[in-house]
Amino acid sequence: MTTVQVAKHTSPSGGREAGSLAKRIIPCLDVKEGRTVKGVNFVDLRDAGDPVELAYQYSKQGADELVFLDITATHERRKTMVELVKAVARQVNIPFTIGGGINEIADADILLNSGADKISINSAAVRNPALINELAAAFGKQFVVVAVDTKFVNGKNLVHLNGGRIATEMETEQWIKEAEERGAGEILLTSMDHDGTKGGFDNGLLKKVNDKISIPLIASGGAGNVQHFIDVFQQTDVDAALAASVFHYGEILIPSLKEELKKHQIEVRL
Amino acid sequence: MSDDIKRNSNNAQVGIVNYGAGNIFSLTAALERQNISYEMINSPDNFDNYERIIIPGVGHAGAAMKKLQESGMIEKIKSTTKPVLGICVGMQLLTDYSEEGNAQLLGIAPLQTRHFLENLKLKVPHMGWNKVNGEFDNELFKDIQSGTYFYFVHSYFIEFNPTFTIASTEYGLKYSAALKKDNFYGVQFHPEKSGLAGEQLLKNFASIKVY
Repeated sequence: MTTVQVAKHTSPSGGREAGSLAKRIIPCLDVKEGRTVKGVNFVDLRDAGDPVELAYQYSKQGADELVFLDITATHERRKTMVELVKAVARQVNIPFTIGGGINEIADADILLNSGADKISINSAAVRNPALINELAAAFGKQFVVVAVDTKFVNGKNLVHLNGGRIATEMETEQWIKEAEERGAGEILLTSMDHDGTKGGFDNGLLKKVNDKISIPLIASGGAGNVQHFIDVFQQTDVDAALAASVFHYGEILIPSLKEELKKHQIEVRL
Repeated sequence: MSDDIKRNSNNAQVGIVNYGAGNIFSLTAALERQNISYEMINSPDNFDNYERIIIPGVGHAGAAMKKLQESGMIEKIKSTTKPVLGICVGMQLLTDYSEEGNAQLLGIAPLQTRHFLENLKLKVPHMGWNKVNGEFDNELFKDIQSGTYFYFVHSYFIEFNPTFTIASTEYGLKYSAALKKDNFYGVQFHPEKSGLAGEQLLKNFASIKVY
């Protein structure tokens, strides 16, 4: 009958035969009451606070995916999230994830039906791990990103909640493994120690985690320059790297970042 | 139902088989961005009103097949001679069988849908942008270069077949990124999420000649 042909390509490191699957570059947009929080440096922007306009600009620049983190605190949160998701889905032709305040199936359901490709859950998953199972069963694991904020405390990497403000006693690697077993389709790992430092990603931890799981891993926290992206892909073989301020303030432009990655034999979509 | 008939202007370029398998907001948004007119096909009665048919699909192939059966549209799909495009699970439905749910499918293309093997040590789902390769001497891939990246999200794949595979992708192994059997096309990737290339593919489908 038919023959199965095994690809000859190997990934630059890590030994997984991922063929030509590109490493993803993901700008993260913080959104509050439907507006982006961090200032953004685009020359031709009509409205710097409009997340849809930003998303569109990033997609034109070659971003592979977008993450919207909704930090709205009001009761109207769900409504503003749904409106945002619909507006993005109407205008942007790349996949995107939305996170923030998703606590139950109903929250996720309405976001999916409004055009979100994935939802990201963080504290809610730690407080109620069965939520991961429920979401994966209801919508498929590809829809469920588990975001983990980690901080190095007394010799251990511990999971933190509420944007890193609340420490737990859960060990990060163990929690990620549990999340995978429960049905997470992807992990977004943010190092609180590296976040905001612009000193590079936490490659040691990212490599350990990446070697341990068989779902995609997004690196987050610490991106300051192009070399940091080269390092994280070469040293850890993670699937994607996420950053916020270096993109928002125009310190790194996505087209030139991707050109540099390609020069270093890292598979990227150009 | 009468509402559906009333809404159907017969002018829409595409009818979308609306059988409840996954969210189609992104698909309809992409069609709107390309000015491709569409309507939902909610019952077999108005299936024949459309010149081109899209079968979307997200999630579990076995469950999707069950929903398609419940929609009553299987015979219409199997017997149509109009251009049909299956997307993701909608493409897998065109094959004989899926390992997902051990399901018998439409059997339009004599192919199997399989799970990515664990011994390939791949990350599953296959999620992200991957290169789509082929001769592209067909209308669906008109003005698209071999080696263009498209966006994939899936855990099951359709085997490579020299007769029916019109585009292939490599992820541990070479498999069908797109297939064609007579008037039936299928794409494993999501054109509605694949940037400009995906939009071009949707435009191409909407302009395939109807005989």
